[in-house]
Amino acid sequence: MSKRISPEDNLQPHGDEFYELLMKAHEGLDFDQSAALNARLVLILANEVGDLTTLSAAIDRAARS
Amino acid sequence: MHYENREYPFRTPPELKGETPGRYPVAIVGAGPIGMAMAIDLALKGIRSVILDDNNVVSVGSRAICWAKRTLEIFDRLGIGDRMLEKGVTWKVGRLFHGDKEVYNFDLLPDDAHKMPAFVNLQQYYVEEYLVDRIADFPDLIDLRWLSKVTGEEVVADGVTLTVQTAEGDYQLAADYVLACDGAKSRIRQRMGLKFEGHTFEEHFLITDVDMPKPPFESETPERWFWFKPPFHTGQSALLHKQPDDIYRIDLQLEFGSDPAEEAKPEKVIPRLKQIVGDRAFEIDWVSVYSFTCAMLEKFVHGRVIFVGDSAHVVSPFGARGGNGGIQDVDNLGWKLAAVLKGEAPPDLLMTYDEERRHGAAENIMNSSRATNFMTPKSKMEAVFRDAVLNLASDLPFARRLVNSGRLSVPCSLEGLALQSPRRTDRGLAPGTPCPDAPLGEGWLLNKLGGEFMLLTVGKKTRDDALAGVKSLHFENHPDVTAHYGDNMIYLIRPDQHVAAAFEAGTDVATLTQALARAKGQAALETAS
Ligand SMILES: Cc1cc2nc3c(=O)[nH]c(=O)nc-3n(C[C@H](O)[C@H](O)[C@H](O)COP(=O)(O)OP(=O)(O)OC[C@H]3O[C@@H](n4cnc5c(N)ncnc54)[C@H](O)[C@@H]3O)c2cc1C
Repeated sequence: MSKRISPEDNLQPHGDEFYELLMKAHEGLDFDQSAALNARLVLILANEVGDLTTLSAAIDRAARS
Repeated sequence: MHYENREYPFRTPPELKGETPGRYPVAIVGAGPIGMAMAIDLALKGIRSVILDDNNVVSVGSRAICWAKRTLEIFDRLGIGDRMLEKGVTWKVGRLFHGDKEVYNFDLLPDDAHKMPAFVNLQQYYVEEYLVDRIADFPDLIDLRWLSKVTGEEVVADGVTLTVQTAEGDYQLAADYVLACDGAKSRIRQRMGLKFEGHTFEEHFLITDVDMPKPPFESETPERWFWFKPPFHTGQSALLHKQPDDIYRIDLQLEFGSDPAEEAKPEKVIPRLKQIVGDRAFEIDWVSVYSFTCAMLEKFVHGRVIFVGDSAHVVSPFGARGGNGGIQDVDNLGWKLAAVLKGEAPPDLLMTYDEERRHGAAENIMNSSRATNFMTPKSKMEAVFRDAVLNLASDLPFARRLVNSGRLSVPCSLEGLALQSPRRTDRGLAPGTPCPDAPLGEGWLLNKLGGEFMLLTVGKKTRDDALAGVKSLHFENHPDVTAHYGDNMIYLIRPDQHVAAAFEAGTDVATLTQALARAKGQAALETAS
């Protein structure tokens, strides 16, 4: 079982559009509301990914700051 | 090396010598890059124009420095491409910093399949100087008048009368069409009471040209450095890149709420620059403080007054879409206005300039707004996301491509707009696409396409494809051409080198003729939907 997150850029060519959508979703929210939105979003996207190996690798990479 | 602005002389115009030169087909207000390019494009098509400018020098300060591939291709058609290429510098290595840490760097590889590179850096004053020189090649077609300020316009159904103010007195001048190329603060736009609303970004930017004989880079190869949260000042971003003559452009995003006049003082600027370039000797060549707005007119064509360039649309400079976007306006309008003035197309053709270039301007505004938003986070959470992208960018390609310090200007597609025929095949280039260049052994494809309608056929000739009044160009067994254009294809190419229609080889002449009528605006407006 390899623990890897995608080296591919799966967002291309919609990266900028996605980022704009994401920022729009946060517009007008205070920081706590924004954090809550992020939490919901992470959970939904985790379900979309489904695969636990991938999720665990993603968590590992995200934990590195 | 500091650029010395040459002063161009005022010459008494015929109107003030008691002569009656009559009506001009086209009067252009403003001798910036857009107004001058416009006059040259029209002259190449045999159309006479007069340019009026309130000043007598080219751009003071470097202003636009980054000219993108499509712009260079258009300037090449206008006759100054080679000079720009020769003088301009192209950085190859880009480095991105977050604080004092280098997040990543990249190497831009040249594309040998195109005559023009992805961009060159060249100060706006050089581009304008080359345009002034080129204008001298058309003494009978272009009358460039310095120190001639347009103070009023009277618009009637079939023309415009301008009032021109000069040191020797005022005079009036009548023209069939007036092209308002009078820049971002267009007085014509203001006098006509046209709405020009948009988004103004609150941050100020300190733009500095630094004259520095010894490069700050490790090698002689020019680089571009971009910082998020630079360690040397409190603003959110900074940018350094090289221009010709050992001039470096350094842009500092000022902290929100700081006093721009205070920040532009040498005692403030110099210590910061020293932190960037170390103890190399340098001199400040030009300092200016800007805040940026993204806005466009609701319509570019107002009867006989047509807005072109910054007067029609302004963007923040991230992605260099101001001048580059304006040159595409010129490319789009030149052939249409010439066709209308020669009676070869109905005046309605000009409405497709409005349609197509508003589409382009909107795309440019979208892209430069996105870049500006990324660089100027408006909330704590936006800053958190920006920092997260930069963190992930050190090893994840997707995050690297989300980092946005400007998306270099590329031409928009015109697919789906009135002049283009609908797509009929999935192969080759879609209608509306700007034509990619290709090496032809001797010379380049775009030079061959030139500035006229062209029937381009690629592959085996099934029969004689010919359209009355249209030049044709044929390629067979030419891998560099087929790589982009596909094989066994027929294209109708517009004078601005965009695909108007694309067909499989063997398509009947009646269909091609219909596409031509549409592309020339003779059938477009009924069939557009
Ligand atoms: C700091 C900065 C950096 C930039 N960087 C880039 C870049 O890298 N790439 C890019 O593509 N663009 C860039 N731009 C934008 C670019 O400079 C403009 O888009 C470009 O100059 C627009 O050209 P224009 O001919 O429409 O207007 P202008 O260059 O403003 O020319 C207008 C002309 O009209 C004249 N005029 C005005 N009113 C009258 C009147 N009443 N009568 C007669 N004449 C008049 C003026 O004197 C002037 O000569 C940058 C701009 C700034 C400020």
